[in-house]
Amino acid sequence: MGLSAAGILLPTIPGLGRSVDPGVLLEAGMDVAVKKRLADAALNAAKAKGATYTDVRIGRYLNQFVVTREDKVQNIANTESYGVGVRVIANGCWGFAALVDAKNEADVARAAEEAVAIAKANSRLIKQPVQLAPQQGYGEVSWKAPIKQNAFEVPIKEKVDLLLGVNAAAMKNGANYVNSVLFMVNEQKYIATSDGTYADQDIHRIWPIFNVTCIDPKSGKFETRNALSAPSGMGYDYLQVNPADKVTGVTTRYNKGYDMLEDVTAAAQQAKQKLSAKSVEAGKYDLVLDPSHLWLTIHESVGHPLELDRVLGYEANFAGTSFATLDKWQSKNFQYGSKLVNFVADKQQVGSLGAVGYDDEGVKTKQWDLVRDGILVNYQAIRDQAAIIGEKASHGCCYADSWSTVQFQRMPNVSLSAGKTPLSVADMIKDVKKGIYIVGDGSFSIDQQRYNFQFGGQLFYEIKDGQIAGMLKDVAYQSNTQEFWNSCAAICDERDYRLGGSFFDGKGQPSQSSAVSHGSATTRFNGVNVINTARKI
Amino acid sequence: MAILTKEEAKKIIDKVLSYAKADETAVSLSGGRTGNIRYARNSVSTSGESNNLALAVTSVFGKRSGTATINEFDDASLEKTVRRAEEIAKLAPENPEYMPMLGPQTYLNTNPYSENTAKIDPEYRAKAAFDSLDPCRKKNLTAAGYLEDTTGFSALGNSKGLVAYNRATSVDFTITVRTADGLGSGYAIRDVTDVSKLNTKEATEIAMQKALASVTAKALEPGKYTVILEPAASVDLLQNMMGSMDGRNADEGRSFLSKKGGGTRLGEKLFDERVTIYSDPTNPDIPTSAFGGGGGGRFGGGADGRPQEKITWVDKGVVKNMYYSRFWAAKKGVPATPPPAAFIMAGGNQSLLDLIKSTEKGILVTRLWYIRAVDPQTLLYTGLTRDGTFYIENGQIKFPVKNFRFNESPVIMLNNLEAMGKPVRIGGNLIPPLKIRDFTFSSLSDAV
Repeated sequence: MGLSAAGILLPTIPGLGRSVDPGVLLEAGMDVAVKKRLADAALNAAKAKGATYTDVRIGRYLNQFVVTREDKVQNIANTESYGVGVRVIANGCWGFAALVDAKNEADVARAAEEAVAIAKANSRLIKQPVQLAPQQGYGEVSWKAPIKQNAFEVPIKEKVDLLLGVNAAAMKNGANYVNSVLFMVNEQKYIATSDGTYADQDIHRIWPIFNVTCIDPKSGKFETRNALSAPSGMGYDYLQVNPADKVTGVTTRYNKGYDMLEDVTAAAQQAKQKLSAKSVEAGKYDLVLDPSHLWLTIHESVGHPLELDRVLGYEANFAGTSFATLDKWQSKNFQYGSKLVNFVADKQQVGSLGAVGYDDEGVKTKQWDLVRDGILVNYQAIRDQAAIIGEKASHGCCYADSWSTVQFQRMPNVSLSAGKTPLSVADMIKDVKKGIYIVGDGSFSIDQQRYNFQFGGQLFYEIKDGQIAGMLKDVAYQSNTQEFWNSCAAICDERDYRLGGSFFDGKGQPSQSSAVSHGSATTRFNGVNVINTARKI
Repeated sequence: MAILTKEEAKKIIDKVLSYAKADETAVSLSGGRTGNIRYARNSVSTSGESNNLALAVTSVFGKRSGTATINEFDDASLEKTVRRAEEIAKLAPENPEYMPMLGPQTYLNTNPYSENTAKIDPEYRAKAAFDSLDPCRKKNLTAAGYLEDTTGFSALGNSKGLVAYNRATSVDFTITVRTADGLGSGYAIRDVTDVSKLNTKEATEIAMQKALASVTAKALEPGKYTVILEPAASVDLLQNMMGSMDGRNADEGRSFLSKKGGGTRLGEKLFDERVTIYSDPTNPDIPTSAFGGGGGGRFGGGADGRPQEKITWVDKGVVKNMYYSRFWAAKKGVPATPPPAAFIMAGGNQSLLDLIKSTEKGILVTRLWYIRAVDPQTLLYTGLTRDGTFYIENGQIKFPVKNFRFNESPVIMLNNLEAMGKPVRIGGNLIPPLKIRDFTFSSLSDAV
């Protein structure tokens, strides 16, 4: 449906698997030869029962959280989940079965047989047989995220010290309260398909976050400021401070290396500053949106509406459908945005959350255009959808959040291409007469067909006659997707290009979570409706 | 089948406790079966069923605690899990807010379990889906729906003698019906403990009517309107408000219940005097587990074993209670009331139709969607109407209207109360249809 409202209390997420000793996170997974043997047992068993297609996913999912507030460690969780999921087509219908802790051929063969039985039973309820786009087998291949330091190799004490140091810096700089969390993920995934692919993959993700609160006891008001970090497809190296990764300006933002201590120091000061900031006057403003903010607007208003399953109606009862209907795409002239607007889908982008070598049905990943020079040109499609939009192959964006869940079409990284002519943020601001510069993501909401949206942020600065005139609060902007992207008036060049994203994009029933990045450079939108969100209760 | 009886569960828990060497040890054992069927575009897309049985051991040395889990139940595995929890505890940093485990507790008798639901099988699910799909197919309407049923149990035990056991069932059903031209959409939602009370055909017929009636929606100017919120529309806003009644946040000055100059608004009249909200785990319409605290909802899992009692949160508009962690309650010298598993908003006797009949001008809202907090201080939320929004004039539904975005706080909303109908079960709670004046719609949406 969109992002779950995952606040700072992340570790209550169920279904992460068993709790383990932190040492277990460093143990090598199953040998790839054993995985192949298990996979072959399932492939053969399914075929013998009449499956016309089979894929087997053997997954080991490791998570670690360190959760603190002020001077206390609240929770350290280490979890592991291992199992095998088998998906088949029999009688033209999908069937799926999964088995926890499956470690021998007989177990996985049984799961495969069960999947075939389910497919055959459900085949009575389908209208049309599944049509898969052709896919070559790649043989035995592997892919590893190009990380420099495995986060699980860093001692927990070092992580605790980092977070408690962050919290101390917040308190020292005027915060009344601070929560901070380090969230680390390693997906060790193996997929084998009856097309002859055996892909072994190692994926890493990290997300350092905090939330600072400042209270004005006299007025009883409180303000918060969240981290300007981005969840990243990197190792612990994301936390290595590198001056080249800092973007200075009205506040410091970060690219491929995050200085958590510096950011929290600024956050405490800014949360305090927000308490006395001017409440925004509602009206039309030109918006200058930083990538730490714009990623979420891209996610909701571009990423989701171009998911083909939504367009077709498969998500009608939950996430919703889409305004970007097939006829608009077929017309070849649907103006999604202004001519400056180019959106690229990408499952390969280095350091992004969506990057893998092969998707969860064994398709080699790639990049493709969604919107070119403002015109809608494509969707996100997987093997059983490709034929619907006349594509000869899947886009390679199939994903399941666990070995125990069925893979389906999920959003790849969807990014706004940087501007082609040189433009710095400072030069962009110089041209704005009445505007608001927004940094960081905040409140977000969009309708079920992705027309009308409302977004908040973390930091708002008033722009008057080309100058930053001070901090604002109570800001949210509302627009309509097509109107908004057509009001795009300028995009900074690639020097300012950065990624944002989330671990928790939710879709499907039962709901599955997926991690996705969105890149952009700072972008200007003209004449957007801004509301004032202050209320008295 | 993974539903253990109280005796079976206690036998395993006692065995685990017999291996324990830590200062304190708690064992949580839970299991169950969940099944689902999903359909869209008038065709079943996925269905499945899964069983699980899992045991978690928490060992504590001083203020250091560690948890290990397992889903194998031979003696060696159980003992190994206890040892692992103890090792993790020894390595963990001290938690200064750790509270010693509770001893034996007295629990209310509740019964959130139905044998009818426990007996659900794939044939039942297929039939329930067919009953919903078939009428839509016949009327050239497009159905997308989801049914999920759960039958489970949860048991707790600890080295201080606490024993708790609950078994529960639930069924959740949602249906969205769209017209073939995509210009109309309707929705219905049901949740029951006993599946014999669920009729997917009846719910689907309501969604069908709303889909057909919502075609050719007219655009009204955004602004402040009198609205009738069906329980499916108000439930999320009310649930969000109930989820913000944590005493610690209020004491710390970062809640809608924090007071200017310090302290909380406990005892203050914050809402219209007709607003009374309470929880009662024995209520036969929404029975819940008799223990909880720290989460777990209807299944009581993941809890510290605190009893769930009948408790009034808001009485005639006055804030009467907040909930607390055991640490914060001890620090403040107040009862450690756990958050409720469900809540009941007292209403009146009027039907939804009665509320419509008594409305001169207003808007009937089926459902609110994509609700997100805008300001935690005022509980301002934004979101949109969806799947059936209608204009009412002189006591009658006149025509469908385009969907609106709202920006509204449940606190303001419950001050602008005009009338309440008879409460119905929604999302495990009992909520009346509400007639509210001056509800703020801030923009229009083209979404159907």
